[in-house]
Amino acid sequence: MTDSSSTAKRNPDAMPFQKMLLTLQNYWADQGCVILQPYDMEMGAGTFHPATTLKALGPEPWKAAYVQPCRRPTDGRYGENPMRLQHYYQFQVILKPSPANMQELYLGSLKAIGIDAELHDIRFVEDDWESPTLGAWGLGWEVWCDGMEVSQYTYFQQVGGFDCKPVSGELTYGLERLAMFVQGVDNVYDLDFNGAGATYGDVFLENERQQSAYNFEHADTDKLFADFKKAQEECAKLLEAELPLPAYEQCIKSSHTFNLLDARGVISVTERQAYIGRVRDLAKGCCEAWIKKNGWEV
Amino acid sequence: MSDLLIELLSEEIPARMQKKASDDFKEMMTTALKEAGLVYEIAEAFATPRRLALTISGIPDKTPDISEERRGPRVDAPEKALEGFMRGAGVTRDQLEEREEKKGTFFFAMIEKPGRATTEVIAEALEATVRNFPWPKSQRWGDGSLRWVRPLQSILCLFGSNVVELDIDGIKAGNTTRGHRFMAPDAFEVTDFADYRTKLQDAKVVLDPAMRKAKIAEAAKALADKQGVEWVEDKGLLQEVAGLVEWPVPLLGSFDPSFMEVPEEVLILTMKKDQKYFVTRDKETGKLAPHFITVSNLEAKDGGAAVATGNGRVIAARLADAKFFWEQDLKGKLEDNLPQLKDIVFHIELGRMSDRVARMKALAGFLAEYIEGCDPAEAERAAELAKADLVSGMVYEFPEVQGIMGRYYAKAQGESDAVADAIRDHYAPAGPSDDCPSAPVSVAVALAEKIDTLVGFFAIDKRPTGSKDPYALRRAALGVIRLITENGIRLPLEHVLGLAAKPLKPYLELHAEGGEDAILKHLESMFEEHLLPFFADRLKVQQRDLGVRHDLIDAVFAKGDDDLVRILNRVAALSAFLESDDGSNLLAGYKRAANILKIEEKKDGKSYDQDVHEAALIDPEEEALAVALTRAGADAEHALAAEDFEKAMAALSTLRAPIDAFFDKVTVNADDEALRANRLALLSQIRAAVNTVADFSLIEG
Repeated sequence: MTDSSSTAKRNPDAMPFQKMLLTLQNYWADQGCVILQPYDMEMGAGTFHPATTLKALGPEPWKAAYVQPCRRPTDGRYGENPMRLQHYYQFQVILKPSPANMQELYLGSLKAIGIDAELHDIRFVEDDWESPTLGAWGLGWEVWCDGMEVSQYTYFQQVGGFDCKPVSGELTYGLERLAMFVQGVDNVYDLDFNGAGATYGDVFLENERQQSAYNFEHADTDKLFADFKKAQEECAKLLEAELPLPAYEQCIKSSHTFNLLDARGVISVTERQAYIGRVRDLAKGCCEAWIKKNGWEV
Repeated sequence: MSDLLIELLSEEIPARMQKKASDDFKEMMTTALKEAGLVYEIAEAFATPRRLALTISGIPDKTPDISEERRGPRVDAPEKALEGFMRGAGVTRDQLEEREEKKGTFFFAMIEKPGRATTEVIAEALEATVRNFPWPKSQRWGDGSLRWVRPLQSILCLFGSNVVELDIDGIKAGNTTRGHRFMAPDAFEVTDFADYRTKLQDAKVVLDPAMRKAKIAEAAKALADKQGVEWVEDKGLLQEVAGLVEWPVPLLGSFDPSFMEVPEEVLILTMKKDQKYFVTRDKETGKLAPHFITVSNLEAKDGGAAVATGNGRVIAARLADAKFFWEQDLKGKLEDNLPQLKDIVFHIELGRMSDRVARMKALAGFLAEYIEGCDPAEAERAAELAKADLVSGMVYEFPEVQGIMGRYYAKAQGESDAVADAIRDHYAPAGPSDDCPSAPVSVAVALAEKIDTLVGFFAIDKRPTGSKDPYALRRAALGVIRLITENGIRLPLEHVLGLAAKPLKPYLELHAEGGEDAILKHLESMFEEHLLPFFADRLKVQQRDLGVRHDLIDAVFAKGDDDLVRILNRVAALSAFLESDDGSNLLAGYKRAANILKIEEKKDGKSYDQDVHEAALIDPEEEALAVALTRAGADAEHALAAEDFEKAMAALSTLRAPIDAFFDKVTVNADDEALRANRLALLSQIRAAVNTVADFSLIEG
């Protein structure tokens, strides 16, 4: 029996971080996905990208894959926690309608980045997904690899309170975790980034320190409250003008602003639900306007 | 006669749903067969993470032929009636026969229904089962509208050696399945259940969950033995893990012993709940050992080394988190957390956690007076600190260790054992089988916590309705009942509830307009109409499980007592008494007296609850009864005052013979009106005497 105490060193044969990312892009491009670049706005999860949220609605087929940088201000640890980051990457795949062989396709992607299913224990463990801010839910799993959660796998049932017909299958890879698993490192900052000497820490450690300080200490809360209000108003105005896409950007903005306010600790427990409710109302409004704009039946 | 084999292969079914799903599958299919008139020998259902399988043996190939005779209208009935009958029966005029009966001549139709092929019945039943399956949650997928727990991939359906023709939203039934997702993914054909089971086994799938469990238990035990530690069996976890793997391969992993300084409850929680690991213990000391057993779903080509290493790294990262919180939390004092309880809303209508804690503290101090050996200052201190761990880093991260962490942190800041234990125990008992606290300070705080919950939510009209009990008030009431009765605490419940409600007044303006008086009135009626009856109901449910008759509890509760210990003592004495000969006869005598009184009082429109004129007693039996009543009544009351319920029952039992003799010899409804009235008064005295002990009118039988 092998003693599994953590003495692992970086696996020299494993893919560097960026190679993994490129490999996933190529793999899903080969499956017919549109490869998008990250959305140019701050957001808490790749699901917020309109290529997922809005494209999951309506009858038209859609396949896309993209990297999305995610901002989670409350998860910032000034670069001192080996696994928690306020900025990290998700790799997001959306397949609509979800194909019958989606699990096989997903497992194929793991194989492509060097996870051997004959060596590692891959498991689909029940995890139902719900986003209160997007008014969305689905059923699926978290995918475990040797006990570590490496992806979220969801069949969307509703987005913005509307039934998804057809159903989209969503895959979300936590890229840093996956890379830590593949490379066998215990500290995210030790990840080999490019295979040519740069580590994840070289690229992002200072960013984590400064952004954590901003999120927790310096973000101007008066301005943020004003921003939140402004985004809400702007969104409503754009919805009236039947412009769901720019309206949805204001929804994304208000969601991130709320996350920043939350990190600053200025939103009480009771107010929290009310704020989430306000963002959800915007998201629902955008989804509804998007459906109308496209002339789809509700 | 043939055997049926069905397999529904899908993407991964949540472990917690598998057992019920296989039971439901069997139930739905066998019910459908029975409804079609089909018998069978044995039905057995199985579940794995990817499949539900069902085998039913010895089913006839056809449903029985049915010939049925149906009576139609009379021969002289209007033509329309006859047409309707023929349409309904599916027969023509020349197939009818006329037959004479007592009430006239009627048309009769003989309907012959030939049996149907069983395969048809199976196809229909399976389609209906799939479409109506009671999954707790189900989903659509792709562009279809069928719902299943996760996407349904294929259906295998064999009756005898033939595939049953069936197509559910494009999924056609066949005779193939697949093995283990990674070790044997190719499709293969099967011929019957035995073949199916064997080939699955060869394809690295153990079909029977019981066998998977046995395999896990055996291997886990052996691994632990080899490591020199003891495997800690956990039935719930075993069930869950057996639902996560088709081919269980337990592996032993280890973590750095330096994590052992973190409280073991947290280590266990992390391993068990987050990672589904079994924990191990040192064989000698019984202390947690730094080795765990994970159950993989794979015979890995390296013997599981990579899997064990990977799992070891995951648990190390998680334990590092836990250790970080433990160390962080210990840097401050538990009581330093108290101001933060202001930031937690307990319930929007019942204030913040800090308000709740203030109420609990006052209540615990008051309750301490009723609990033997309970120091009020300690009870107040424990209540004050009981919720302080909710804002600790550890409980924020691992909510399940609330209370447990509070105890550690309380000890760390030098609180007494009694206070620290009470912080840990104040959520208990969490159910009928949970351990009930017995240490005095723990009992006081646990009671205060639950009473504050009950009084608060009842006061704002958030009572449980039907199956909805979002604030777990039934559990809280059961907790109060268990804490009081199992510790023999003599508590005037109604008084305590009133006291607990006092600090709620500021919150109740919404529920009772009109100031303080209106609020008090609202509370009073709420308690009388809802909360005390709620306790009575919960007590009945709890005692029913212990075999106590609910009508006896009603009979004693009707006396208006709110001391649960006294109530149960009285119920116990009453129950024993009614099981005796004297008791059952007395009850019969009581019922007879009460019935006569009810009838006569109704007839006369007046009550006979009055004293007996001794001078007007004529027959020796009525005199004897009057004497016995006076004595028994006095004895019973005396005994009740001393809470000697057996003695009170014994006093009542002296009434049996005089009552029997009375009914034997004396005519109550005498012609002489005065005599009759006096005898009815005598009956009313029986009723009164017996009712001092319990309301006998509520006793059944």
